[in-house]
Amino acid sequence: MGGLKADAVAKIREICGRYKDEKTPLMMILSDIQNEYGYIPLDVQEIVSEETGISVAEIYGVVTFYSFFSLEPKGRFVIGCCLGTACYVKGAQQVIDKFSEELKIQPGQTTEDGMFTLDALRCIGACGIAPAVSINGKVYPKMTVSQVREIIAQQYLIVEKEKEKEGVTA
Amino acid sequence: MTILEAAKACGYEIPSLCSFNHGECNQGSCRVCLVEATGARGLVASCVYPVSEGMEIRIGSPAAVDARRHSVELLLSNHNKNCQQCDKNGHCELLYVAQLTGARDDAFAGEHSETFIDRLAPSLVRDTSKCILCGRCVERCKNAHGLGILGFENRGFNVVVSPAENRSFADSPCIQCGQCVNVCPTGALMEHSEIDKIDAAFRAGKHVIAQAAPAVRAALGEEFGYPIGTPVTGKMAAAMRRLGFERVYDVNFGADLTIMEEGTELLKRLTEGGVLPMITSCSPGWINYAEYNYGDLLPHLSSCKSPHQMQGAIIKHWWAQQNGIDPKDVFVVSVMPCVAKKFEKERDQEKVDGIPDVDAVITTRELARMIRRNGMLFRRLPDEPWDQDIMGDYTGAGVIFGVTGGVMEAALRTVYYKLTGKEHDPIDLTAVRGHEAGIREASIDINGTTVNVAIASGMKSAKVLLDEIRAGKSKYQFIEIMGCPGGCINGGGQPYVRPVFLPDEDDDILDTYKEKRAKALYSEDERQAVRQSHNNPQIIELYEKFLGEPNGHLSHKLLHTSYAAREGFNEVK
Repeated sequence: MGGLKADAVAKIREICGRYKDEKTPLMMILSDIQNEYGYIPLDVQEIVSEETGISVAEIYGVVTFYSFFSLEPKGRFVIGCCLGTACYVKGAQQVIDKFSEELKIQPGQTTEDGMFTLDALRCIGACGIAPAVSINGKVYPKMTVSQVREIIAQQYLIVEKEKEKEGVTA
Repeated sequence: MTILEAAKACGYEIPSLCSFNHGECNQGSCRVCLVEATGARGLVASCVYPVSEGMEIRIGSPAAVDARRHSVELLLSNHNKNCQQCDKNGHCELLYVAQLTGARDDAFAGEHSETFIDRLAPSLVRDTSKCILCGRCVERCKNAHGLGILGFENRGFNVVVSPAENRSFADSPCIQCGQCVNVCPTGALMEHSEIDKIDAAFRAGKHVIAQAAPAVRAALGEEFGYPIGTPVTGKMAAAMRRLGFERVYDVNFGADLTIMEEGTELLKRLTEGGVLPMITSCSPGWINYAEYNYGDLLPHLSSCKSPHQMQGAIIKHWWAQQNGIDPKDVFVVSVMPCVAKKFEKERDQEKVDGIPDVDAVITTRELARMIRRNGMLFRRLPDEPWDQDIMGDYTGAGVIFGVTGGVMEAALRTVYYKLTGKEHDPIDLTAVRGHEAGIREASIDINGTTVNVAIASGMKSAKVLLDEIRAGKSKYQFIEIMGCPGGCINGGGQPYVRPVFLPDEDDDILDTYKEKRAKALYSEDERQAVRQSHNNPQIIELYEKFLGEPNGHLSHKLLHTSYAAREGFNEVK
């Protein structure tokens, strides 16, 4: 457990403390940690286990069951390609393959520069606009393979704009 | 009451995987035991569906028979069916229900999950290709120890039952007790067999010496059709001799030796203000637990090695010397009810001048396999004594080591004598006896001083006593802790208790087998002429001729060990 900084350990204990009176606090604790840090590695799970008395194996089971939770840090932009039935028959596989090819990563992986994580999702409930892709919560409807490059470029633009803003305020 | 239980009461055994259910699976998810029941929609899983007044149940309807077969075929569709290489063969519940339901080969042939075998841990082997994801091991680990080393990981087709991160047992805080092996219905969890090592030692022309633990005699007979609780000491000695071992010794001698050392250590701590309570150190599963979880309490542990390690050291450094043999040419085999002993013998702290005390550990089950392999008809063997040259004589105190409370009772018999100069009367200290998990406590009056003792088996119970010590609230001077619930009689290397394969045992055998095995040991204790370790003539002689004094210089070199706190989830290289 040596890798964690003291303030991170304190923060995780504080998060666990928020749900002391809950009967089944695990999902809420993990959600908060995921939101706070973007991922839930094993040494963090060990602290949650100590605080809640739930075994590490069980916590690990929950973390690996829900695709919302992640064991590794995610990229600045998380590209979620829906592969639910409706999206799949409308060509979602080709879309995710194209993202994979452009970013040079497999689904579930993150680019080396930390910009992008590519995730394959089960149905996200947007069947009417299939195939759907969601990037950091924003949904892109009726995706085609030819749009992929442009959408990736748009994300870089977002970052550049942010930098400019920072430059102005500084 | 479930349909399954009601059917049993009426004389029907619905094919199911519930042979070792016992509240350790109540999910009804395997769907093997489907039946038709009036008032229910579709077929129901009889293991979880409650019976009600007037309900009609059809076990043999074509729909139910077909459905049960399909359920088993689905389980088999993702199962590695190399049954002839599987050590669980003969005890496999999946094979049994496959035959019972008439499952066809590859009825649902398709993709197989990616699988692997974990052989890194000295005690346990996990083969995911055999796992049917029933979850009994997950429940057993939680119930016996409150540990939960195993859990379900990932989802859908990728689910595995595993320590976190799909790690090896060796890289997790698993105490390697093997309780999970005892409940696994298939060959997914097994002991790490060492029969090959023994064969190799024979081939290399070593002096191969075998020694067997007390609890083995109480259960080995089960492998050969004896009712549970039949002691088979004489036939076991005969069988081991016929396996070719140069000497066959009873570890009870080592147990007596342990009492001399541990009793002396306790007296010292009591009279010289040492760390109290002192805790026993015979159970390697418990030692693993302590090193992973209670590193701060390690000074409470007795520094005594466990009996088979002590005896192994005596064989290599005393017996070998007496027989003019180089200890390096001696190969000591321990037959144990335990799989954690396989780990224990590998510890660096259990070596003397680089020589391990014990070279191979086999379980009660592995011994039975060797006996069958070598063509012996166990039941026709004569009753023979153990070898008793130089050592091997033993007392009733050594025998009861195999059951929870036994080490405590044996130690108190000797400590009482040392402090009062009289034997405790009666010899039996029934207050500390038991055969189940949980905590027992007693107070013994010795010369007007009250000694408070406690006994726990299973880490769930042990944790309560340990947390008391940590909080500075423990009122005890001496604590016995055994890893497995009920002690060694219920060890992870003992014969499987699967009611479905034990037609002659009572229906409640899962509730009574521990008690029956314990009785076998207490009856042997009563039959012994000498029942206190300090009265064992060969032990007295060993100290006179070789060791000098209990806790003396040579004892410390050969018979005592040390412990070190360990990180549970270590860095995986």
